[in-house]
Amino acid sequence: MTTSESRVNVEPTFTINGSEHPFGPATSHATALEWLRDNRLAGAKEGCAEGECGACAVLVAQTDREGGTSWTAVNSCLVPMAALDGQELVTSEGLGTPEELHPVQKAMAAAGGSQCGYCTPGFICSMAGEYYRSDRKPAETEPSPCEHGEVGENGFDLHSLSGNLCRCTGYRPIRDAAYSLGPADVDSMKDRLQSPPPSYPSTDLFRTDGRFIRATTLVEATELLAENPTAVLVAGSTDWGVEVNLRARRAPLVIAIDRIPELDSISFSDNEVEIGAATPLSEIERVLDGRIPLLQQLIPQFASRLIRNRATLGGNLGTGSPIGDSPPALLSLEAQIVLVSAKGERVLPLSEYFTGYRATVKRQGELIKSLRIPLPLSNLSAFHKIAKRRFDDISSVAVAFSFQIDDAVISKAVIGLGGVAATPLRAYATEQTLVGQPWTRETIRRAATVLATEGTPMSDHRASSRYRSIMLSSALIKFYSQNSPEQERK
Amino acid sequence: MSDLSRRPNAPIVGESVAHESARLHVTGQALYTDDLAQRAPDALTAWPVQSPHAHARVLSIDISNAMALPGVVRILTADDVPGVNDAGIKHDEPLFPSEAMFYGHAIVWVLGETQDAARAGAAAVVIDYEPLPSIISVTEAIEAHSFQGMARTISRGNADQALADADVIVSGVTEFSGQEHFYLETHAALAMVDEGGQIFIQSSTQHPSEAQEIVSHVLNRPSHEITVQSLRMGGAFGGKEMQSHGFAAIAAIGTLVTGKPVRLRLNRTLDMTMTGKRHGFHTTWNAGFSSDGRLLALTATLTADGGWCLDMSEAVLGRALCHIDNAYFIPNVHVDGRISKSNKTSQTAFRGFGGPQGMLMIEDIMGRSAPVLGMRPEDLRKKNFYRDGETTPYGMPVRHAHRITDLWEGALRNSGFVQRRKEVDTFNEQNHDVKRGLAITPVKFGISFNLVAFNQAGALVHVYKDGSVLISHGGTEMGQGLHTKMLQVAATALGVPLSSVKLAPTRTDKVPNTSATAASSGTDLNGGAVKNACEQIIERISAVAGGMLGVSGKDVRFSNGQVTGLGVRDKSLSFAEVVLRAYMQRVQLWAAGFYRTEGLHWNADLMQGEPFKYFACGAAVTEVEIDSFTGAYKTRRVDIVHDAGDSLSPMIDIGQIEGGYVQGVGWLTLEDLRWDESDGPHRGRLLTQSASTYKIPSFSEMPEVFNVHLLDQAEEEGAVYGSKAVGEPPFMLAFSVREAIRDAVSSFAPEGYSVLLASPATPEEVFWSIQDARDAGGTSVDDLAQSLRANYPSPARP
Repeated sequence: MTTSESRVNVEPTFTINGSEHPFGPATSHATALEWLRDNRLAGAKEGCAEGECGACAVLVAQTDREGGTSWTAVNSCLVPMAALDGQELVTSEGLGTPEELHPVQKAMAAAGGSQCGYCTPGFICSMAGEYYRSDRKPAETEPSPCEHGEVGENGFDLHSLSGNLCRCTGYRPIRDAAYSLGPADVDSMKDRLQSPPPSYPSTDLFRTDGRFIRATTLVEATELLAENPTAVLVAGSTDWGVEVNLRARRAPLVIAIDRIPELDSISFSDNEVEIGAATPLSEIERVLDGRIPLLQQLIPQFASRLIRNRATLGGNLGTGSPIGDSPPALLSLEAQIVLVSAKGERVLPLSEYFTGYRATVKRQGELIKSLRIPLPLSNLSAFHKIAKRRFDDISSVAVAFSFQIDDAVISKAVIGLGGVAATPLRAYATEQTLVGQPWTRETIRRAATVLATEGTPMSDHRASSRYRSIMLSSALIKFYSQNSPEQERK
Repeated sequence: MSDLSRRPNAPIVGESVAHESARLHVTGQALYTDDLAQRAPDALTAWPVQSPHAHARVLSIDISNAMALPGVVRILTADDVPGVNDAGIKHDEPLFPSEAMFYGHAIVWVLGETQDAARAGAAAVVIDYEPLPSIISVTEAIEAHSFQGMARTISRGNADQALADADVIVSGVTEFSGQEHFYLETHAALAMVDEGGQIFIQSSTQHPSEAQEIVSHVLNRPSHEITVQSLRMGGAFGGKEMQSHGFAAIAAIGTLVTGKPVRLRLNRTLDMTMTGKRHGFHTTWNAGFSSDGRLLALTATLTADGGWCLDMSEAVLGRALCHIDNAYFIPNVHVDGRISKSNKTSQTAFRGFGGPQGMLMIEDIMGRSAPVLGMRPEDLRKKNFYRDGETTPYGMPVRHAHRITDLWEGALRNSGFVQRRKEVDTFNEQNHDVKRGLAITPVKFGISFNLVAFNQAGALVHVYKDGSVLISHGGTEMGQGLHTKMLQVAATALGVPLSSVKLAPTRTDKVPNTSATAASSGTDLNGGAVKNACEQIIERISAVAGGMLGVSGKDVRFSNGQVTGLGVRDKSLSFAEVVLRAYMQRVQLWAAGFYRTEGLHWNADLMQGEPFKYFACGAAVTEVEIDSFTGAYKTRRVDIVHDAGDSLSPMIDIGQIEGGYVQGVGWLTLEDLRWDESDGPHRGRLLTQSASTYKIPSFSEMPEVFNVHLLDQAEEEGAVYGSKAVGEPPFMLAFSVREAIRDAVSSFAPEGYSVLLASPATPEEVFWSIQDARDAGGTSVDDLAQSLRANYPSPARP
């Protein structure tokens, strides 16, 4: 295999709570959680092994995209330890000791934020990540409790804890602890924010269970993939980690592609915004800073902050899942998807990407390089997610609207749907009913009836097919009532 | 005031203190059972081979492929059981079954050098099954007359006659789901054989003594050869009262046959597919009222969805029957209870233990009947509260019945209920897509184990020569703060600072024959025992101190580490000085304490007696807002007033109340257990078997405003230092969220419309209830919604 010849096999090392650690005898699939626990750092716990509960959260020094570092909380149960080669980690044990508590630990203990204590180390790490967030600023005015932005007077965003579950407390004391935190103390972790995070070496780890390689250039990634077309590609590993843990899947070769410059960048031009497929969603949210309102609505509803700190658009599209949250939004933004292989690049509309249940036009040897969102954007958009739980749930139905409304006439209507068919869908029939029509209740009533017939939803443990169909209509009606001329007059 | 309830001056109980392990929790230093396994590097890992059928005979087991895999050490089967092949106490629960009784049932266990090896080995075991017919849902079981255990009836007066004479009869069927415990720490055990041949088991269990007994019969060894320790649990909620024992037994067998430590930890999916849950119930009922809203008669049949074996279902049913009254006096009652047998996990204890199920039925009756009677639900509820002197249907006087009204009035006052009722009504008139609802509900919950013998406890208190104190007791710590309270009790009883007292982990070789830490009784029982042990020591050293101070031992006072004599102004001694002197005088400085709850009696056959020491009560007001486009809702504000007696540890008690409430909200609105009830190949499979498909409350379910008050001056004479149990009762305060949703839905319907609400009231179910309400001819119906309903008529509802 040419790739092995050209690479230097160096044992991965890590800086954990300030000390150097070699990788040791762990397997190539070992998750960071397994590795930490096998190395006498049992603070992080396994609660679900699929990134839903956050009991395993630890802090990783990641880029803030402005030349500094952000202490980023991640689910250690999903990340292969090999993917953290060269990185700096801090766990609950590293933040403070029982004798000398970290301010976050002190606040949690004093507020009664721990009962059984099992979820607590994870909460502490998520809370510490938010504590050290460099742009966390005390609110200038009384925070307004809006639907997706629960923020304390100290600027603490409660969504930073949306990926942590507690079964004992009912959360109120944890919220109080979070909202009681002052500005970050000057300490070594705050100092660390000023300088860039560690770079990622060209990891190549052989073990009997498989091999883990980090590709650092796009050429290297596509060549590796050309030679090993069945290799598993990972960026945030938030999907692969679940496969490894819950379905015991193992792969002969896993290739990490998350720190390849072309895949890990966001660029703006007059005609489009291009988002690298392996850019974590939290970083997309930060960099876009509201420039694409639909994504601004979507991202806080996409899983939890812990997941978004690792998860990527490429991952959400790569699985071809019909219930991913990003496809409906990207479809309604008329995004194009850029696929790349050793043979070259091709660009196609996302609406042509999905071909069937978890099937796409992506060929063996191809990877998703980026998403291109054409500009200008339509002037009215919304993302409606229907789920049992408001934070961190999987959609029963997701609907994204991008409408251009000029002089009370719908000049353009693009609707993306998730959860109602084997693939994410464009609601073409509804769109046709809408275009050229006045932005009125009558128009919406007609279109809503059509929209309910798009897709062929199933009944499952999340929702019945009838509910799913009606929710499509309902979302359109709600979209209208929240943006109707009558609403504006109120 | 009794000796048990009286507090000395400057007591440590009553202070708000952090959880005794809080500093360890927040720094990741608190150890749990599987964390200990990391310190036993040669430990083998056990992994189950699960049945892929809901019901099937095991024809053959071929382990050859599995044994050939690297790292696979041993496959445990029924042949490895030296004693009784049964993981329970009813002899209906084979540890290694010859017949798979539910989808996911563990048939054999693989021991591997690593978890990967054990898991690969389990995948390679080949089991040949003969599938058998199965029963999944409770309605299937009822139709097939598939029941188990003792049926029970609770009866008073002449319910049929009273029903016939009633002015208004309301009848219905109320069916509701169970609930997965979803303790964050899944089941775990670690077993090893020590140098003396003793079996030592670390188990994440609420009931170390029963684990010991079950391992004893499985291994065919006497109890004194087996020691079980429960260090602390990462949550339990009843799920580790019995269900943990089989796993401890597997680990124990494994360590016996291999000589190595054996670690068993279920991952989330194993835990959810293998272990029991809260019982869902099917209930049919008829309630008779006077025209002015007095509940005169109740007849009902409750069917508890028991699952494949009995476990504790009989006791759960018993408690359900003892709580069909909640806070209401019902003069004529006839309620039959039975337990279905089906091919599902064996349902078990879960916070409230049947109480919530019995109470859900009566609260559903109240919520549905109020509009029929033309009354506000809060008026109907209040009208039927117990009054002093009245007795429950099982013949127990309701002592301090007025406390229910006190709590109710307190919650109304604190919440500004009357004013907010108007605000909600105004809001609802002005908004037709979004509606708010406001409701208040009461809780009255009986405290003590129904089975009288369980109401005993022991403790061991050691005072060392330096004055430091080590306590151990029979209760286990699962996050509820029991250990914190026990430290406070010991510090209070010995008159020493809290920092002088430490607590040793719960072990069967410290305190024998303990009861489960369950039924909210952990503090009452173990606190009584700790106090008793401390008082024995105090009595002995008082004589010593009296001699030192020149007063009678009866006039010695112990407080905050200082020992003083009545009337002695110029001299005080430190606790350590007195203790050392006592040692020199050969006075025993440790004691075993014991406690039994007095005055209990219960006839389970007649379902009559006084099974409870007292009732713990509370009231909750909840306001919700629902979105008619989706049925989604959020909780805007909650006001609770709860009776924790004179609280031993207010921050801990408030934590129990808030946590119980939110867990109850999860049960009633969000947590949606789904089983494959189809005739497909995976019939019987739990469909919601992971955290991604089974959703417990997250931050988004936390009430935006959450006010909890403890009832003032609430001394309970019958419990340690005047306190009351607080573990389970607050769970049932969550009925107020369900009734608030019902109230909000009713604003879509005309006056007098009785809202039917499924449980759990998920957004989809609330959406259907809104559709039904609108179909009933509600006011100001949106024309768009109208057109939708024309296309999608509502499904038939019970």
